[in-house]
Amino acid sequence: MAEDQVRTTTLRTPLGRVRGLGSAKSGVRHWWVQRVTSAALLPLTLWFVISAALLAGATHAETVAWIARPWNAVLLLLTIGLSFYHTALGAQVIFEDYINQEWLRMAYILGVKALCWLLGLAAALAVLRIAV
Amino acid sequence: MATFTLPRNSTIQPGKTYKAPPGAKNVKAFRIYRWDPDSGENPRTDTYEIDLDQCGPMVLDALIKIKNEVDSTLTFRRSCREGICGSCSMNIDGLNTLACLKPIEDVKGEVRIYPLPHMPVVKDLVPDLSQLYAQLRSIEPWLKADTPPPPDAERRQSREERARLDGLWECILCFCCSTACPSYWWNGDRYLGPAVLLQAYRWIADSRDEHTGERLDQLEDPFRLYRCHTIMNCTRTCPKGLNPAAAIGKIKQLLVERQG
Repeated sequence: MAEDQVRTTTLRTPLGRVRGLGSAKSGVRHWWVQRVTSAALLPLTLWFVISAALLAGATHAETVAWIARPWNAVLLLLTIGLSFYHTALGAQVIFEDYINQEWLRMAYILGVKALCWLLGLAAALAVLRIAV
Repeated sequence: MATFTLPRNSTIQPGKTYKAPPGAKNVKAFRIYRWDPDSGENPRTDTYEIDLDQCGPMVLDALIKIKNEVDSTLTFRRSCREGICGSCSMNIDGLNTLACLKPIEDVKGEVRIYPLPHMPVVKDLVPDLSQLYAQLRSIEPWLKADTPPPPDAERRQSREERARLDGLWECILCFCCSTACPSYWWNGDRYLGPAVLLQAYRWIADSRDEHTGERLDQLEDPFRLYRCHTIMNCTRTCPKGLNPAAAIGKIKQLLVERQG
């Protein structure tokens, strides 16, 4: 592993290596928002799963009418937004844990964020076209 | 990516077996990790059969008996033999602990002994802890105050303020917890690990310290602090019964509090 190579060949002192580039002075927001979104998604996901189960067997017209109801549309948009936001935050943590190469880690984090934006916007647009 | 397998020169080979003396009735086998940097060979595990009737009750007693009477090349750290110096931390029967506090009779079957996991090995059961010591130094584990102490007197604390340090000051820096933490295994070069974060909180929680904010600034980092995912291996393994995971949780709580 590249990092192990550096560890054995560098002559920098352990303290110099540990201090490194210093503290990023960030991370608390990421950690807090991840927890807040997960708490908010508990009731929202429950509502969505129950609603979807109740719609089983409904016709296309009935389902579209259900989505078009203002509160249903608002809650759907919230569920979509928070789910993709939470997914991006969680995936970032996994990539930071397991990917050592800086550029690869950054590529994965940017990639999953782009994917979440794309899917989130597409899902939101679908709801809006029905509801508005 | 994180490496999940050992490099070829680290895979462990079967080693020698030292039989118990004839006539021994209460025999226990100790399978011990051996590696000598000068030999150029792969690590191996040697098995030593010990007559427990002629040995003290703790794993450290057996290690000292082996070194004195069977194989003087066996290398390990030990000093106080009563759980206060933190020298003899090693992986015994799959759990990091202090050899001097681990009763032999608690281990079923043979006693498997390895150095603390995922650290560079100096020799046999001696790991290189220089990164951990540097990390401890980096959080400046001493009282920092700009107000001079009262003349000819110590800095005072209320009983309640002193009580907040209980469960923190008892840490003996054996690093059983940090080397049991998967997050520390994967990202030990940047993540401070449970032992050092518990020490950091020990000074954050100290009412006499006046640099709490700067200490929190230094910790607020995706890698230094937030690699902790509350896996709890640290708390499970601590031979002193402390709870580093709770201390890390308190640091995270304070960081949320101060952002308003």
